[in-house]
Amino acid sequence: MSRSWIQIEEISYAYRERAALQKVSFNINQGELFCVVGPNGGGKSTTFKILSTLLKPQSGTVLFWGEDGVTHPDQIRPHLGVVFQSPALDKKLSVEENILYHGKLYGLSGARLKNKVRDLLQRFNLQDRAGEKTEKLSGGLKRRVEIAKSLVAEPRLLILDEPTTGLDPVSRREMWTYLDQLRKQDGLTILFTTHLMDEAETSSRTLFLDHGRVVTMGTPAELKQQLGGDVIALKSEKPQALKEAIEKKFSVPVKQVDEELRIEKSAGAQFIPSLIEAFPHQILSVTLGKPTLEDLFIHLTGRRFGAEQGGAA
Amino acid sequence: MKLLLTGSTTLLRRELIRFYRQRSRIIGSLAMPVIVWGLLGTGLQAAFPSGMGQETREFLKYFFPGNLILTLLFTAIFSTISVIEDRNEGFLQSVLVSPLSPLGLVLGKVVGGALIAFFQGLVFLSLAPLAGFDLSWNQLAWVLLSIFMISFSMTGLGFFFAWKLDSVQGFHAVMNLVLFPMWLLSGAFFPLESASWFIKPLMWINPLTYGMTALKSALAGVSGEPEVLLPLTILFAFGIVFLVACVLNMNQKREAVR
Repeated sequence: MSRSWIQIEEISYAYRERAALQKVSFNINQGELFCVVGPNGGGKSTTFKILSTLLKPQSGTVLFWGEDGVTHPDQIRPHLGVVFQSPALDKKLSVEENILYHGKLYGLSGARLKNKVRDLLQRFNLQDRAGEKTEKLSGGLKRRVEIAKSLVAEPRLLILDEPTTGLDPVSRREMWTYLDQLRKQDGLTILFTTHLMDEAETSSRTLFLDHGRVVTMGTPAELKQQLGGDVIALKSEKPQALKEAIEKKFSVPVKQVDEELRIEKSAGAQFIPSLIEAFPHQILSVTLGKPTLEDLFIHLTGRRFGAEQGGAA
Repeated sequence: MKLLLTGSTTLLRRELIRFYRQRSRIIGSLAMPVIVWGLLGTGLQAAFPSGMGQETREFLKYFFPGNLILTLLFTAIFSTISVIEDRNEGFLQSVLVSPLSPLGLVLGKVVGGALIAFFQGLVFLSLAPLAGFDLSWNQLAWVLLSIFMISFSMTGLGFFFAWKLDSVQGFHAVMNLVLFPMWLLSGAFFPLESASWFIKPLMWINPLTYGMTALKSALAGVSGEPEVLLPLTILFAFGIVFLVACVLNMNQKREAVR
């Protein structure tokens, strides 16, 4: 297959006047764990809704396996597994019924469906809870049922909107274990959105969205290479003055993010002593680190990730 | 086609299971006719000097179809509150991204809701002998068909409104505006023939008028003839119009998810 497995080209969407997505393009290859990351209001959820066929983009094209997802969503829907951020379970139905009924909505029936449901219950360790109404389950368990349910029709692509939001750390780790298994053992292609940078680090490729635009895209390693070298973070009582002084003396660019100063530099360890020698009293603390995706976000947008709380879009 | 069938029957079954699992709904639907009937009966008995005499019985009999239709109307329309619940609980979004067509969703929910109203109608109908009705099997069949048609078209109407509204309170407010006039103008209170000239057209466009006509005729024993068949056909046509409106409505507002 020469063409991309899934190809999204220049999609835009606006809610009334507010532009949620502006000419966003990316592609997903088979077998990927693709991550869409960005602050709240960055356009993640809108992207998710378009991919799930819930929303039609106002312009641009979405091609799934060569099929047009905008004009023929009915061709795409049978092959998509969708896990929404807000729960989509029927509270009055049991765990097993939820999965079973979902399968029927996808046209499955009979022994094949029964076997599939049994497999999924086993795989997600839900056998003991199969008869329980989902309203009684904990948040982590509910999310597990949601994922089991979304897999009943054996989708080609699984998409998840903020799959770990609202989960405690244990359930969160568990969720990643399951997703990892699905990808490695079953070769399932997965796309997820998140506002957590450390989750993006586990992806095969990450798309950064901010204000509805693509900031950058690549594998986590590629992305971090864009920064080159190390990140030095300084704390000072007068960050503005120190910033100017450092820039003047060493002619390196310094970024101020909130009260912190950040310098991206190769061989940061050798640079720190000269910094301290030059400004012994102005510097309160120094930290040196390898760049993270969060550093990249700051580098590209000049803002700390999650500093801006937009609407829930 | 197969998907439409399995999908909509699944939603239908789910509707019934949800009804069955909420005990308050079952108690309500069983107790409601008994209470209405009990209060009406004792009230009338006290109002007429002869007690449970001829007049009381005539009155109870006269009010019976109107009461039955009121019960159906409320149950049918309020069963579509589940559309709003499904949306708020998030269940609806997973149906919307499934391969099931809008028609499948509408059919499953509307027929499911109609069956619940039908069940409610059956409970109420079991009181018919108390109101002095002695129904033959043939009559009963026509009465049941009328009950189902009323349930079906009213659930369709309820779905249409429920799809547009996002809160149960809003739904109640709107439906009360629609329900009471519809009931009052259905012929449950005053007959169509004696209505004044400006009320008449309203009664003609009121789907419930046809339900009422069919039900009254069927209860009176005019079965199978145009008196029942014609209004039922018109009522069914109303039901189909509501279904089509629901489907069109959905296509227009597909992203109706928070």
